[in-house]
Amino acid sequence: MEGYGEEELAGRMGHAHPGNIQGLARKAFVGTSADGVLRSRPILSEPSFRKLLYLSGIFAIVLLLAILLSLIAASVPAIKQIGLSFLVNRVWDPVAGQFGSLPFLAGTLLTSLLALLIAIFFSLAVSIFLGEYSRTGAVSSVIKGVVELLAGIPSVIYGFWGLAFLVPAVRYVEMRIHVAPYGVGILTAALILSIMIIPYSASLGREVISLVPADLKEAALSLGATRFEVIRKVILPYARSGILAGVLLSLGRALGETMAVTMVIGNSNMLPKSIFAPANTMASIIANEFTEATGKVYLASLVEVALVLFVVTAIINIIGKIIIIRMSVER
Amino acid sequence: MGRFKEFLFVLIALSGLVSPSFAQEQEILGAGASFPFLLYSKMFDIYGREYGVKVNYQAIGSGGGIRQLINKTVDFGGSDVVMGEEDLKAAGASVIHVPICAGAIVITYNLPGNPEVRLTPDAVADIYLGRVRKWNDPRIVSSNQGVPIPDLPLTVIHRSDGSGTTFIFSDYLSKVSRDWHATVGRGTALNWPTGLGAKGNTGVAGLVRQTPGSVGYVELAYALRSNMAFGSVKNRKGRFVRPSIASTSAAMSIDLPSDMMVSLTDTEAPEGYPLAGFTWVLAYKEQAYQNRTEAKARELVRLFWWMTHEGQKYAEPMEYVPLSKGAGAKAEALVRSVTYDGRGLLR
Repeated sequence: MEGYGEEELAGRMGHAHPGNIQGLARKAFVGTSADGVLRSRPILSEPSFRKLLYLSGIFAIVLLLAILLSLIAASVPAIKQIGLSFLVNRVWDPVAGQFGSLPFLAGTLLTSLLALLIAIFFSLAVSIFLGEYSRTGAVSSVIKGVVELLAGIPSVIYGFWGLAFLVPAVRYVEMRIHVAPYGVGILTAALILSIMIIPYSASLGREVISLVPADLKEAALSLGATRFEVIRKVILPYARSGILAGVLLSLGRALGETMAVTMVIGNSNMLPKSIFAPANTMASIIANEFTEATGKVYLASLVEVALVLFVVTAIINIIGKIIIIRMSVER
Repeated sequence: MGRFKEFLFVLIALSGLVSPSFAQEQEILGAGASFPFLLYSKMFDIYGREYGVKVNYQAIGSGGGIRQLINKTVDFGGSDVVMGEEDLKAAGASVIHVPICAGAIVITYNLPGNPEVRLTPDAVADIYLGRVRKWNDPRIVSSNQGVPIPDLPLTVIHRSDGSGTTFIFSDYLSKVSRDWHATVGRGTALNWPTGLGAKGNTGVAGLVRQTPGSVGYVELAYALRSNMAFGSVKNRKGRFVRPSIASTSAAMSIDLPSDMMVSLTDTEAPEGYPLAGFTWVLAYKEQAYQNRTEAKARELVRLFWWMTHEGQKYAEPMEYVPLSKGAGAKAEALVRSVTYDGRGLLR
């Protein structure tokens, strides 16, 4: 119930002030019985609360499975006709009815991994700065706020900005180094993606770095370590799994990003030959062609591209989780 | 807790009341092509005010419009593309294609000084097949004597999204170039041999404007509204025709079939611009399907009649090409042919 003041809310809910623990306890456990006497009665008991939590968890799993099953079901016509070669075919020809997802798979992986490479440096720097050097204060809150704002900017706006400013800039650079001056391409898409994914790993990284126990750091300092050595030898190893989790989150975002990428990647359905070449990603081809697609196999192929994207994201997440577990166990 | 449950109850009850179940009787639902969306918006707005019938049109693309018509979730579809065999079979019953207006594709480019470039069909095909690398290629220069064509590398730009515009363009290229027909063909989305893709007319125009030496194709209405530089194309009769409302209208002055499922590209009309095409509204010829009432069918037919008669005057001010007399007569005949239980709906 947004828009209501705390007092008004308390009044409507029967005198239990939301910020007041006692009030909450009273609300949850106390009621007036028929004879007007206050008695203890739990409204949400322990077993039913646990059941509710289990149900919510199971609901999430069921939803995921439902998405996977519906993707598979809708791509059956394409799987039947094209089979496994869909993953290695290079040709996407809706007119001839030949479909292959290799160019899009390559485009997605190339742009995402390149973006991650660029973003890791910046987000690590930001998280160390905010988590270790400047934890409180005006500068810290401003930087924190700005980084989080980057995450909130809609994808389309990044796309427009990229088209209006980044593409001419990259074109200028391409003309200087005597490469085809398209401006759009894998590099531009990776640059935009890297800006978009910095907040995810930076925020998570900042949290885990600030949670490193002070006595570990002090012990290192008392042994004569410099601040930089403390970061390198104590903080980063301790926060390793958390930082990697943030990196994984960033990669997940980059893999699925659609609008910003489709506006600056050049939309060429061929395998890219260089980092300046135009390419296409799985999310981008679906966004571009789905509305106009007619024909059973064409539609099913687009859904199969979505399925491939789903599976690739899942695999990368699983690999990432394994790496994180390995990293934290070795400590 | 009790108060909250009460509140929820009231909310659900209210939402049931608010749902316009009775208003749907008066509303006509359409979906499809985005090319005529601006014109249709204006038409439906005026129609609603004059006749009190609300028409709801969603610009989800020609493919989407055809799909929704086949699924019978809309009363009519809008398409820049004639329905293909697979779709006609899926529809099960006869679908009429009533043309409402026409559009054209212009070839726009980014050259210093905005010279007026004249292109032959072979040049356009070779450019889009990736065979022309520079602007001062003999294939371009030979038809542009006296026009300063710079020595710039040529960048091809096409649509990245599926679109009726691409269909008309590729339909033209398939007719004028055997190589194009053999390797690429016609469709709303193609396996382009070369070039960069941009989304929508806006995307193509934006990229062309930014990239020196680039060439792209956009809708005539869009190019006129945005003051873009575009060139003339040689038509079948050997004339270099500049795209305009007049020359697109001239493209319609050919023998039109009565079902109007015709392509206007590479027209044989001597003054006609070769890259023109109709946009149609699609509906089932026999309107007594599912639980459609005769009243609903009559409303639809009245709408189509208005769009092809009184509604035509709104086309030209918005840079759409109204139906020529011949095309209008054929459209009228198609609207008259719509039946309900075998009986005609217009008197």
